[in-house]
Amino acid sequence: MIRDPSDLQRYNASERANHWVVGICFILLALSGLALFHPALFPLTGLFGGGVWTRILHPFVGVIMMLFFVVMFFRFKHLNQMSDTDWEWVKRAKEMVDGDDHNMPEMGKYNGGQKLLFWFLGLAMLVLFVSGIIIWRAYFSHYFPIGVIRLGAVLHAAFAAVMIIAIIVHVYAAIWVRGTIRAMLYGTVTRAWAKQHHRAWYRQVTGK
Amino acid sequence: MALQSLDIAKRSATTTEPPQARKTLEIAKLIDVSKCIGCKACQVACMQWNDLRDEVGSCGGTYDNPTDMTDQSWTVMRYAEVESEDRGLEWLIRKDGCMHCEDPGCLKACPSPGAIIKYANGIVDFHQENCIGCGYCVTGCPFNVPRISKKDSKAYKCTLCSDRVAVGLEPACVKVCPTGSISFGSKEDMKELAEERVTELKERGFKNAGLYDPAGVGGTHVMYVLNHADKPSLYSGLPDDPTIAPTVSLWKGFAKPLAMAGIAAAALGGLFHYVMKGPNEVSKEVEAEVEKELEAEK
Ligand code: HEM
Ligand code: SF4
Repeated sequence: MIRDPSDLQRYNASERANHWVVGICFILLALSGLALFHPALFPLTGLFGGGVWTRILHPFVGVIMMLFFVVMFFRFKHLNQMSDTDWEWVKRAKEMVDGDDHNMPEMGKYNGGQKLLFWFLGLAMLVLFVSGIIIWRAYFSHYFPIGVIRLGAVLHAAFAAVMIIAIIVHVYAAIWVRGTIRAMLYGTVTRAWAKQHHRAWYRQVTGK
Repeated sequence: MALQSLDIAKRSATTTEPPQARKTLEIAKLIDVSKCIGCKACQVACMQWNDLRDEVGSCGGTYDNPTDMTDQSWTVMRYAEVESEDRGLEWLIRKDGCMHCEDPGCLKACPSPGAIIKYANGIVDFHQENCIGCGYCVTGCPFNVPRISKKDSKAYKCTLCSDRVAVGLEPACVKVCPTGSISFGSKEDMKELAEERVTELKERGFKNAGLYDPAGVGGTHVMYVLNHADKPSLYSGLPDDPTIAPTVSLWKGFAKPLAMAGIAAAALGGLFHYVMKGPNEVSKEVEAEVEKELEAEK
């Protein structure tokens, strides 16, 4: 569906579906994981059919997320290489957060912040997957010494917490920068959006 | 178990105060390894009282049978053959099982409210109806005690016969021990008893005899009299200085409030940023520029 023929395609249908599978898995994992992380959030287990179901489901959803994340990772990897301009952008990100983005360097398809988030999420998923397997008592924990399981538990909780914070920032950024969410819903953005936020990408796709 | 509901001292995954109006006596079980003959009567009594039947396993070349604790074997005898310069060959036999820690690592690690209870009398009990089967208790325990059942994925271990103790009986293993190696009573009395026995053992040449009541876990409600208390690990790997692992303390201590504060700060930070700075909209200028570019194209 194209709203305006001059709109620019940012994501194709398969990329969008991929992102939403990962996103839904993430929400399920964050809710079920937090339910076991802090007593105050244990009632969240009710969303999954109780404590036992929460414990059973979480790791399987994790494996699904990991599979789809890996596909997404290799799809977008080449678009997320940091350049000098990206670092410049990161250094000046405060100006933008303060509400003035007029002097920000021109960005390609992704800005420096998005690229750093991409690499952080890659690392976080790797750590969460490996530590998640290690603390998966029903199938895998008995292959590992107790010290490794204990370390796995701390790392899993720590990386999960930081990743949840990172995703809150990611989602907020999409809400704050108006006209962004539609990119992940139906794939297109307006030319003006592209010119304002990702001018180098705008030039590249429009030839202007 | 509702029987002792008023006498709870600690409850897993619970941040509020437990009921504590009533005061009970702190109890302890004292296992004197120097009197133990390894007959396994205690193992049998445990199975009988608790209605447990382990599978018939295979012989591992030692008297250890079964070779490890399981969801059906809450206590096992461990036989160590130890050779030393001054004493020659010694057969060190230890009844292994839950130590009923004053500061239980299992309870600290458990994410499910009320799945692990520490009674005011010191007994640490697993309440399977609240157990979700995650195995965090195994991760938290410094003594490698809890076992997850393959049948129901619940955690099991020695209850110190909490049901018997609640009605004034001694644990089943204490009741049957034919040599009087296992005693049961108030923790105070058991410490005194241990002291007498340690003096006796010292007189008989065991100069390192002593009581095993490790301070690293706040003391335990199952204690050993060891003839070589300087080296607990001689007794089939009894930890020399058990504590809740630093990784577990970090995971279940500092990390929890810090992570919660971080997540809340991120969510609230976003909301207030939006309210105070407003949305980041495409500027009218850029919109006009783009309009012009499109016009020119036509
Ligand atoms: C990548 C694959 C993943 C696997 C295999 C996995 C596996 C596990 C396992 C086995 C547990 C222990 C509870 C249980 O048995 O259900 C657990 C806990 C947890 N997981 Fe995951 N997980 C994964 C991904 C994630 C992700 C992406 C998040 C973040 C949103 C997350 C957040 C948590 C949290 C917060 C806990 C509770 C930690 C605690 O109790 O301290 N997990 N996970
Ligand atoms: S020995 Fe292990 S299972 Fe028993 S109370 Fe201590 S931590 Fe819990």
